Amino acid sequence: MASMQSQSQYVLRTVEERGVRFVQLWFTDVLGRHKAFHVTPAELEDALEQGMTFDGSAIDGFSRTSESDVLARPDLTTFQLLPWYEEGAGIARVFCDIVNIDGTPFDGCPRQQLRRVLKGAHEQGYTFYVAPEIEYFYFKDLDPLKTPQPIDTGSYFDLLPDDTASQIRRRTVLILEEMGIGVEHAQHEDAPGQHEIDLRYTDALTMADTVMTVRHVVKDIARQAGVSASFMPKPLAGVQGSGMHTHLSLWRDEKNAFIGDGPYGLSDTAQKFIAGLVHHAPEITAITNQWVNSYKRLIPAGEAPVGAEWARYKADALVRVPSVKPGRIDSTRIEYRAPDPSANPYLAFGVILAAGLRGVNGSYELPAEGQRMAPLPQSLAQAVDLMENSELLHETLGEHQVEWFLRNKRAEWDSYREQVTAFELERYLPLL
Amino acid sequence: MSIDIVLCVPSCEGPVKKAFEVTGVTPAVSTSGRLNEISALEPGDGFSGAVINASAFPFSDAMSLCRQLRARERSVGPIILLLDHYQLDDLTFRENLFDDFVVGPFDVSELATRLRHRLRRAGNESVAPRIEHGVLSMNLETYQASIDGRVMDLTYMEYELLRFLATNPNRVFTRETLLSRVWGYEYYGGARTVDVHVRRLRAKLGEEHAHLIATVRSVGYKFGTLGEREVD
Repeated sequence: MASMQSQSQYVLRTVEERGVRFVQLWFTDVLGRHKAFHVTPAELEDALEQGMTFDGSAIDGFSRTSESDVLARPDLTTFQLLPWYEEGAGIARVFCDIVNIDGTPFDGCPRQQLRRVLKGAHEQGYTFYVAPEIEYFYFKDLDPLKTPQPIDTGSYFDLLPDDTASQIRRRTVLILEEMGIGVEHAQHEDAPGQHEIDLRYTDALTMADTVMTVRHVVKDIARQAGVSASFMPKPLAGVQGSGMHTHLSLWRDEKNAFIGDGPYGLSDTAQKFIAGLVHHAPEITAITNQWVNSYKRLIPAGEAPVGAEWARYKADALVRVPSVKPGRIDSTRIEYRAPDPSANPYLAFGVILAAGLRGVNGSYELPAEGQRMAPLPQSLAQAVDLMENSELLHETLGEHQVEWFLRNKRAEWDSYREQVTAFELERYLPLL
Repeated sequence: MSIDIVLCVPSCEGPVKKAFEVTGVTPAVSTSGRLNEISALEPGDGFSGAVINASAFPFSDAMSLCRQLRARERSVGPIILLLDHYQLDDLTFRENLFDDFVVGPFDVSELATRLRHRLRRAGNESVAPRIEHGVLSMNLETYQASIDGRVMDLTYMEYELLRFLATNPNRVFTRETLLSRVWGYEYYGGARTVDVHVRRLRAKLGEEHAHLIATVRSVGYKFGTLGEREVD
C-alpha cells in the first residue's frame, strides 16, 4: 500500500542507489510556465518532508504581494529519473503542489485547481481521461529578430530521408517511452519543420504533468542537437499553426460513459458533454488559447476552429467525433480542437472538463451537427472579456486565479496594442 | 542463482505466508514435522533456514523438533521460532535450540525482516530480499529493478505494481484488485489507472520483455509467461 512513508523511503533509497546528484522540484505557474528548484540529495529529505519555502510574489501568478511565502510540496508518486542527460549526471525530477505555509492548498496552484475539478467529477462517479496531440516546430534558432527558419522542408506525413528533424523526434519519442510516457505515434505535420507527438490517454492530472514533461523533453533534446523547438501557436505566417487537439472520455463504474445508442455511437452523457463544450467554448478560450499569438492560429480557412460547433468530419469543427475502429468500442471519445500546446495544461483540462460537465449536469441539448452556435473570440482581448463575465470560469478557477489572469492578460494585450507592425507600415505608409 | 527454500512447520498461512512472499523465499511445508517428511522435502543443496510455528502445535513437540534438527548431520540453517506470548517463559534454558523468535500476533514486516536478517547472517547473500523472474530482478531492499541487467527507472507506483505482480506470478488480478492491493487508497484516476501504469511498465520493460505483463481479456492482468498470453 502506498503510504507517504514508504514513498519517501523509495525516493531516498533510489537517490542513493542510482547516484542522483540533483533533484529538480518541478512546478507550474498560472500561465503554465515550467519552474524548478534544484536540490542536492543532502537537502532532499527536508524538502520531501517539509517542502521548499519560496516567495510566491517573486513568481508571476503565484501570489499577491500581501501573502508572499508559499511552500512547494513534492508529490512523491511523480519521482522519476531523467534519462536524457549524459551518463552519471544523476538528475531526477518530482512534481510539486503549492500550498500555504499552514499546509492548506494554495489558490494559485494550477495543479491543485485541476485536482479539485477532478475530485468534483469523481464525486459524481466520473473519471476523466485525456489524450492530446501536441504539435510544435523545430527551428534553427529562436532569434526573435528574424523569421524563424524551419530545419526541414517536409509536409504532412512525409517520410523524409533520415534528416536531423526525424532523428531528433525519434530520440525524443524513445526518451518519452523510457520515462513511461506512452506515445501513440509521432509524425511530420503539415508545415515545414512542424512535427506532432500523439500521447496515449491517461487521467487528466497525470496527463497535465505529462504535457509539462513532453514540452521540456522536446525542447531539451532539440537543444542537445543544436537546434530549437517551439510550441508557439503560430510562429510562421501562411502555414498551419501548432495546436493541441485533445481527445476526451468520461468513465463511470469502469465503463466508458460516452458509449451509447445515439448518433455515432454516443451516449446521452456524451451528447450533453459536447453540448456543454459547444455552449461554453467562447468563455474558456482565454484558458485554452492564452496568448496574443494564439488567435493568429484560430483563423478561417485553416484547420483550426473559429466557431463553436460540432461535427464528425468537418476540418475546422471545434468538437469532432472520431470514428472508432471495429472491436475498439472502448476508444469512443470526442476531440476538442481549440487548445494550443502553449496553454497551461492543468487549467486547460480543468476548464474543458468543467464545461462538459455543465452540459451533463444541466442536461444541455445537443445542437444540430455543423450548426455554428457562436464565434470563438478573435483576439486575446475578446477572449479575456468573455472570461471576465464567465460564471463557469470564476467557479472553476477561483477568484484568485481569474483576477490575476485577467490582470496579466490585459497587460499583455495593452503592450501588443502599442506596437506598430510590419503589416501596418507596409500597407499604410506608402498610401496614407 | 539458486532459489532459497525454507522449511516451514507445520503450516504456512496468513501473515507467515505473506512474509515468505515479501521476502521472496519459497516455503517447504512439513505438516507432520517428522524428520522423514522433512528429508523428503529437502532440496538438493539443503534448506536455507527453518520457521517453526510453536503456537500451532504442541510446544514440547516443537522443542523436540528443534532439538532433532540441531542434532541432524546436515544443518537446516537458522531456526526461527514463532510463538505465543505465554510461551515466552518456556524458552528459558532452551536458547540453544533456535536462532530467533517472533511473538504473535505476527506482523508481516517483522517476520519478513527477521527471516531476511537471519538468512543473511547465516552467510546466505543470495537471500537478499529479491524477486527473480527470468531476466527480471527486483531488489526489495534497495528498491531497484532491472531487466536483462539494465536498471529500470521506475516511479514508486510502477515499482509497487511490478513488485506485486512479480510476487504473484501467473495469477490473474482484476483492475479493481490491483487498485485496492497496490494503490490501496481512493484514487480518482479510476481503475484505468492500472492500464496506464501497465502500459508505462511495458514501455520501461522494453519491447522484448513487455509481454511479461500479460493482458487477460475482460479480466485484468497477470505476470509471467505461462498459459494464455495476449498483449494489447
